[in-house]
Amino acid sequence: MAVNWNRAKCMRCGGCVGVCPKSALELEESGVLVDNKLCIDCSICEKFCPVGALKVKK
Amino acid sequence: MRDVIIVGAGPGGATAARILAKNGFDVALYEKRQEIGAPKRCAEGVGLQDFKTLGVMPPQNCIRQEINGAVVYAPNGKSLTISDKNSTGYILERKMFDKWLCEEAVRAGAKVQAKTNITGVLKENGKICGVKGTFLDEPFEERCKVLIAADGIETKIARMAGLNTTCNPLVTDSGVQFEMSGIEISDPKKLHIFLGNKIAPRGYVWVFPKGKDVANVGIGILGRSDIPAVNYLRNFINSQPGLKKGSILEVNAGGIPVGGLLKKMTLDNFLVVGDAAHQVSPIHGGGIFEAQYAGRIAGEVVSDALKRGDTSEKALEPYSARWWKDRGEALQKVEKLREVVEKMSDNDFNFFADNLTPENIGDLCCGKNMKVLGKLVIKRPHLMRFAGALI
Repeated sequence: MAVNWNRAKCMRCGGCVGVCPKSALELEESGVLVDNKLCIDCSICEKFCPVGALKVKK
Repeated sequence: MRDVIIVGAGPGGATAARILAKNGFDVALYEKRQEIGAPKRCAEGVGLQDFKTLGVMPPQNCIRQEINGAVVYAPNGKSLTISDKNSTGYILERKMFDKWLCEEAVRAGAKVQAKTNITGVLKENGKICGVKGTFLDEPFEERCKVLIAADGIETKIARMAGLNTTCNPLVTDSGVQFEMSGIEISDPKKLHIFLGNKIAPRGYVWVFPKGKDVANVGIGILGRSDIPAVNYLRNFINSQPGLKKGSILEVNAGGIPVGGLLKKMTLDNFLVVGDAAHQVSPIHGGGIFEAQYAGRIAGEVVSDALKRGDTSEKALEPYSARWWKDRGEALQKVEKLREVVEKMSDNDFNFFADNLTPENIGDLCCGKNMKVLGKLVIKRPHLMRFAGALI
């Protein structure tokens, strides 16, 4: 449970952070940080990412 | 203590900084990225009319291409050419433009600093009174009378300040773009817009020329897709021989808040500007003009509030009121139009392409003369329910 972030695909655009309903994501220089305590596995970020860099672990 | 700290050195933040500094206030503008204006999250188009409204024309080195109209392609291949004052404008080079806006802010007396990550908001008695952050990893704290969040769609500052700016994915587009070179463009002085649910579900593909063989080729689709936007973009490029042979000089991506305008944009000692406040055209997704316009109002309202020595939520509220009167009401009308357009099938697009004039489309994109579309919508049973909102 949680979100898998693909460093090589990620564009650091921040879109996922904007749509996350739980503020569980943050965009840092190193990439997208996922707070697994806040993440509810809703898949909104996965369906939003323009380049498919986020996948909810099943 | 500074008068104002602004987080995010895009067009909104830089415009607010310039106006506040010109009015004699002590302003710092902080940008997280190491280079202002790059990487862009933008197709770089701005209308000539927009610059006239703002009263600030960018210098020639910020402009890549003059545009005198737009060609809209329906799914059946039929195209409509719009050539009016609303579709005349420029494709900018954001790297140059954003820096120029910051240079103007510095000339007016603002301090601008890149590579500065604001990591927290300082509060006193529950009210915002400053920020903490790092510059080149050196920590610092700085107090201010007013804090402005202009830090884009992912705005951490607005959330830390206590405003809910989360974007609803149903009204946020997922965008991706290749800046391409070595391509063929039928008319490099026109914007090229491709509609169709197969190529861009609830969105469009754009080709915005930056020269005779260079363009931003991008796509925005509904931000709730099982297939990433980039796959649609690559399919489109592969279907166009004139694009397929080109090279990719940049890859850009971004979320585009095309709805969910905020009623509440101020707190005590705080306000939010630009993409962070969802100030974007709901039909074409353009935000450069909206951010600058809102940045200007913010700069003026905060200047007044500082002069009076009252920066409470109530004192900053004229920012929301003026923005809603000048921009919000018009954008809300355009949002209605987007709601209809996103329900359109490819047959509908073909029908409207046959029945609307280029002038009609130009008007619609500005929220004007919606009646024309309303009358046509009545003839499409599954869209009829929208007629009331348009007429």
